[in-house]
Amino acid sequence: MSPAAVCLATIFAIVAVGTTVGFLAGVRRRMDLEQWTVGGRGFGVALVFLLMAGEVYTTFAFLGASGWAYSRGGPTLYVLAYLTLAYVVSFFILPQIWEAGRRHGMQTQSDFFLARYGNPWLAGCVCIVGIVCFVPYLQLQITGVGLIVSIASYDGIAPGPAMAVAVALLVAFVSVNGVRAVAWVSIVKDVLMVLAALAIGIGVPLIHFGGIGPMFQALAHAHPAHLTMPGATRNLGHAWFISTVLLTSLGFYMWPHAFAAAFTARSADTLRRNAVVMPLYTLTLAFIFFAGFAAVLVVPGLANGDLALLTVVRQSFPPWFLGVVGGAGALTAMVPASIFLLTAATLFAKNLYRPLFAPAMSDAQVARLARAMVVVLGLISLCLALLSSTTLVSLLLTGYAGVTQFFPGVVLGLYWPRVSARAVFAGLLAGVGGAVFLMTTHRDPLFGLSAGFLALCLNFLIVVLLSLVMPAVSRDPSQRPGTLAWAADA
Amino acid sequence: MRKPSPGALLLAVIPFVAMCFSVALWDRIEPMVFGLPFNLFWLIAWIVLSSGCMWLAYRLECARATATERAP
Repeated sequence: MSPAAVCLATIFAIVAVGTTVGFLAGVRRRMDLEQWTVGGRGFGVALVFLLMAGEVYTTFAFLGASGWAYSRGGPTLYVLAYLTLAYVVSFFILPQIWEAGRRHGMQTQSDFFLARYGNPWLAGCVCIVGIVCFVPYLQLQITGVGLIVSIASYDGIAPGPAMAVAVALLVAFVSVNGVRAVAWVSIVKDVLMVLAALAIGIGVPLIHFGGIGPMFQALAHAHPAHLTMPGATRNLGHAWFISTVLLTSLGFYMWPHAFAAAFTARSADTLRRNAVVMPLYTLTLAFIFFAGFAAVLVVPGLANGDLALLTVVRQSFPPWFLGVVGGAGALTAMVPASIFLLTAATLFAKNLYRPLFAPAMSDAQVARLARAMVVVLGLISLCLALLSSTTLVSLLLTGYAGVTQFFPGVVLGLYWPRVSARAVFAGLLAGVGGAVFLMTTHRDPLFGLSAGFLALCLNFLIVVLLSLVMPAVSRDPSQRPGTLAWAADA
Repeated sequence: MRKPSPGALLLAVIPFVAMCFSVALWDRIEPMVFGLPFNLFWLIAWIVLSSGCMWLAYRLECARATATERAP
């Protein structure tokens, strides 16, 4: 068999095994809306960990982070800092969100905003912003699969058709299975990804330089500026690092899917324990960075940095191993992508379409509409992936600039009874508007600070000021419409 | 909603200072530790230390939860 055939066959086998595990997990369970979206609220520490690890460690971590290590250098280290700090933040918000979710039967992020603020327009707006932010994140995963297949076929298959096949598989998988299946496929995906990351991170430096230490010595000698900030960039310095780490670590659990993953937990304690354990998983990424940095010396001059990891693996290992890495990478794209599709489709059907256009719809009809939306969203992302050429990291940062704007509404909503729907709405619109303006006019970063972070500051300022001037109507707190009972006993 | 204890919040501030705000102090190559550039080593060390901080915060919150249960 040719190397390309060996490689593609390995990838295919891995994806097939992963999907089968997922299908088996969903068998013998009645799939109502609650089961499909939040797994019946029965996940223990292990399953929540798998689900969250499954959706966190995406192709972004695999190809995007190493791609930036290769093309940008030092600034890519923000990834290690932000993921760790995101779990620190989660310790203080997820258990509270879970508690609210259980009392009010929430399934989505938009449900939270509706229950806390009682304003359907705000909830609808949160929904739309959430869905729109998913598109670049989904696009990132699909682009990732395309890159993997094209490298694995030794450039025999173009990325385009590979992306189309990946989207078709995704849609089929999500429509049938729901969230429980995704958590189970995560097992296969995570084991493979950790093994692949260790093997690449240790193996590549060892083969070419005799070890990790000598590799960094050589790199520090050849490109001393590459390893610190701003690395190979002009404007990604320390101010950018701090503002981006803050933006992304605060925004991490504002992604609608990450937010909703909290509802799958069996108890609030499960989520606290998760916050203790999850940072350790970030260590895997360090090994991916080793490979990305090694690629600077081993395969210099690639036009697309996102290809660095796979190219260096192809140069260093036999085809079957490239196949294993590709398979792990493909699952790493498909598992999170199915969660994104699931979440975005549920948001659309349950929180946008039903309340605004068809209040009489039953849960079963909502579930059917959500499945149809999975197809539509998959196609939109595919089209964008085929047309666009941004780096994977830039795609993710675009999404973050949007979703982090939910942060003031969530945190102040949990801890500050005075915060009002009007204030949160105004802050959200200003934040999203500001971020869109700065990014579309190419003012990111502005004064060395990340545009999304500046927009978040504006958002916070507006929410706090407006809430102080016009506080939420405070008659009897327990009778107040749209106020969660738990907000009053703070 | 019960507010987190000041102790737990303080424990959470430590990783933020170490991994984010102090970047100018540790973003350099020398001294290399275990063959890693200093900035990479620092972040990896703090991934583990942050998990330790959150474990302490968890113990704190658990102790507080049992205390409130006993004395309602």
